[in-house]
Amino acid sequence: MKPQIEPPRFADRFLEWFCAPHLLENIQGDLHEEFEYQVKRIGEPRAKWFYWWEVLGFIKLRYIKRKPSKYPKTYLYSPIMLRNYFKIAFRNLLKYKGYSFINIFGLATGMAVAMLIGLWIYDELSYNKSFQNYDRIAQIMQHQTFDGEVNTQTANPYLLGDEIRAQYGSDFKHIVMSSWTGEHLLNFEEKKLTKTGNYFEPAITEMLSLKMLKGTRSGLKDMNSVLLSESVAKAYFGEADPLGKIMKVDNKMNVKVTGVYQDLPYNSDFRDLTFILPWELYLSNQPWIKEMTNPWRSNFTQTYAQLANNADIAQVSAKIKNVKFNKIRPEEKAFKPVVFLHPMSKWHLYSEFKNGINTGGRIEFVWLFGIIGAFVLLLACINFMNLSTARSEKRAKEVGIRKAIGSVRGQLINQFFSESLLVVIIAFGLSLLLVQLILPTFNEVADKKMFLLWSNPVFWLLSVGFTLLTGVVAGSYPALYLSSFQPIKVLKGTFRVGRFAAVPRKVLVVVQFTVSVTLIIGTIVVFRQIQHAKSRPIGYSRDGLLTIPINTPDLTGHYDVLRNDLLKTGVVAEMSESSNPVTSIWAINNGYDWRGKAPSIQGNFAAVSVTHDFGKTIGWEFKEGRDFSREFVTDSSAIILNETAVKFMGLKKPLGEIVKINEKPFQVIGVVKDLVMQSPYSPVFRTSFVLDYKDVNVINIKINPTISSREALAKLEVVFKKHNPSAPFEYKFVDDEYAKKFSDEERISKLATFFAMLAIFISCLGLFGLASFVAEQRTKEIGIRKVLGASVANLWGLLSKDFVLLVIISCLISSPIAYYFMNDWVQKYEYHTDISWWVFIASGAGALAITLLTVSFQAIKAALMNPVKSLKTE
Amino acid sequence: MKRTFLGEFEEIVLLTVAILGEEAYGVTVTQELEQKTGRAVGFSSIHTTLQRLEEKGFLSSKMGGATAERGGRRKRFFEVTALGRRALMEVKQVREELWGALPPDTLQLMGG
Repeated sequence: MKPQIEPPRFADRFLEWFCAPHLLENIQGDLHEEFEYQVKRIGEPRAKWFYWWEVLGFIKLRYIKRKPSKYPKTYLYSPIMLRNYFKIAFRNLLKYKGYSFINIFGLATGMAVAMLIGLWIYDELSYNKSFQNYDRIAQIMQHQTFDGEVNTQTANPYLLGDEIRAQYGSDFKHIVMSSWTGEHLLNFEEKKLTKTGNYFEPAITEMLSLKMLKGTRSGLKDMNSVLLSESVAKAYFGEADPLGKIMKVDNKMNVKVTGVYQDLPYNSDFRDLTFILPWELYLSNQPWIKEMTNPWRSNFTQTYAQLANNADIAQVSAKIKNVKFNKIRPEEKAFKPVVFLHPMSKWHLYSEFKNGINTGGRIEFVWLFGIIGAFVLLLACINFMNLSTARSEKRAKEVGIRKAIGSVRGQLINQFFSESLLVVIIAFGLSLLLVQLILPTFNEVADKKMFLLWSNPVFWLLSVGFTLLTGVVAGSYPALYLSSFQPIKVLKGTFRVGRFAAVPRKVLVVVQFTVSVTLIIGTIVVFRQIQHAKSRPIGYSRDGLLTIPINTPDLTGHYDVLRNDLLKTGVVAEMSESSNPVTSIWAINNGYDWRGKAPSIQGNFAAVSVTHDFGKTIGWEFKEGRDFSREFVTDSSAIILNETAVKFMGLKKPLGEIVKINEKPFQVIGVVKDLVMQSPYSPVFRTSFVLDYKDVNVINIKINPTISSREALAKLEVVFKKHNPSAPFEYKFVDDEYAKKFSDEERISKLATFFAMLAIFISCLGLFGLASFVAEQRTKEIGIRKVLGASVANLWGLLSKDFVLLVIISCLISSPIAYYFMNDWVQKYEYHTDISWWVFIASGAGALAITLLTVSFQAIKAALMNPVKSLKTE
Repeated sequence: MKRTFLGEFEEIVLLTVAILGEEAYGVTVTQELEQKTGRAVGFSSIHTTLQRLEEKGFLSSKMGGATAERGGRRKRFFEVTALGRRALMEVKQVREELWGALPPDTLQLMGG
């Protein structure tokens, strides 16, 4: 018989797919018959085309529409059945308590983390937004070029405000000059406290739209007035009316309270502004300001602006760019000051500038944590899905029975969806509880004041949306796949899950562990970078060193008396005074000149004024030369440089060289090893030390190492009460101050550790569940293997192998990813650690160890089982 | 009584089914139509028309027995119902009345 010519198979398939089953048979039959006839008539190729044409002709609603079932339609949402689904769901949860716990708890943890991070991001993004004029306020800043490098600063000449007002007044609603928010001594009768506040021009009250609880916004018009925040007012006056009371600032100036404003929000850049003093008071109290011969040279004040309603910030910014350049002296034009506006919306998240370009800032952390949060949540969802799908195969029989007694597919889909939704909803409730519990700690670590946004509809919308999404996604596999089983196969036991059913699960496990291992590596690198910076030699001794601010005039002018009194107590090993604490640099000056200085460089130096005993107090180390000494009268014009300064100046033999500062000659008598006074991550800045008993702001005290600090402080307090009676005794340990330099990095490190641990924890929870599932599935196999003589170790290896392989794959994937990102991060620090290979090995080994621990528990449990029992089980 | 409306194509298909008698199903109807009228008709339109006629009650159908050819697929045979026959008669009667009302000359002219 000659081979039958078949119509185009694909066309046939297509027809079978779209055509309603009850019409298909005779239509297809007719088409085939016609095809045979056409082959004879017009030949095979054309007949095939013709066949296609005819098939396509059947794409009509009438042929596509399925015949309605002749049985009454089952109502899918009957309350009785829904109740039954929930009942079965609860029973299932209770029957497999372990799984339910892992499932719910894992998901709840993930959700809680996501919520915390969400809150954190929300808080970061809403920074400063509470101010009514949020989008009209800007800080006036400037770029200056020093030796080819553009520096950006907020400090401006004190005349800048007046100049802008005079020239570009129409573009601004308010321009407000201010000093710096800092600690001031605020006394009222016997109450002496240190509070943070600042001097502002009167318009600040309008600009920040302060909510006045007492008094009016015009309270700063009078020079001797003060506005207090609510909390400060309460601290001094309790319930009494503070208006009209006279307070004393820094034990010098008397001011009258003219108003009380509501505390400024914690998530704003003015959160530390707890009292406001008038700018006029500042100027009158610092007479040197008005006596300056070149007022446009010194930058020591800040300028805030509120734009006029119709002004565009970019345009105005371009307009005022040369306002300072036009006022400075010709020889200073080399600094090329460019004045610009930095809008309030960018203060917090985009505060960093590199070479005059806004490069971001905290926004990086917003992204970082956002991504981490998304990943942790993803991990939790993966767990949930993996466990639900793994478990659901167990329930194939239930599906079979339900179908046999009349369930339609829609009902089964409903059942599984309602089950997964139930679990997700429980997890959501639990996560809210967790967040509520963790929030105080988290606030402390993250330095925030956040709370759950119970009344925010967006929060609820997101939460509910996410809950539904997870429920639907996680429930989709059992709902759609299991419900398609044929009851007869399932019940007869011939039903087999395909070989590749576990593949998606394995992929998900790899994803989980890739994320976890990446986080572990990241955490280790951050940790090592901090350690690296902490163990950096700092060039002085921090032990028992403390600084005391010279905060009232009482402490100035009698250095020797104070020194003697302090030494007499016996607890002080050494004391000195200096222009700034050893943990920071307050002044960077130019005007330095030396032999061989290239005319092209401007050469600015950190300038520190000290007393004779400074070196001994902090214990600096000399590379060459000697310390200041009272035996040499000429030391009043001596200078000590640090190594970096010598290198910068290119002096081969620095000792005896003359350095001129603003034309005044100083002789170099010593070179000290670099002192880390600024960021421990950046190179040490070139620094010069000269003797100056007038330009001092802090007292440095080295406590006798044999005496406990508590005892020492008690004795010091007595001395200071005597010499500085109007101020409370305040001190700062250099240790603590130095440690604060790490606070940002440590905060990241803490959070990263927290998240990495959570990620690992969640991943392990999932692995634990999967391992127990696999062990359970292979109970019989294990039993048979045991009977045939397999040892426990063999079985343990058998069960662990698969998971170990997955984790190894994850490590291989995550290492390059982590290296890429962490290398980027580390490069940001000039003084940084190397990412060595052992970090990756250690992380991988750690992850493997944890995996093995997790899996082994189940593996060994299964391997130890008595084969008689396991083979008997049904 | 409202008259059943029978479209031109429907009428032809109905007639063809009547002509074919017991052998009327999709393929034979299509081929018969093509031979008799010389017009090529899409398979799907024949099927659609057959179904519509059945829905209107002019045709009845039943599945035939299994066949050896066409992959063992059964055929759906159509038969004209009493209603269908009456409809055909009515159409014919209308035509005849109209023809009868035609003046003899007109036809001559038309023919000429």
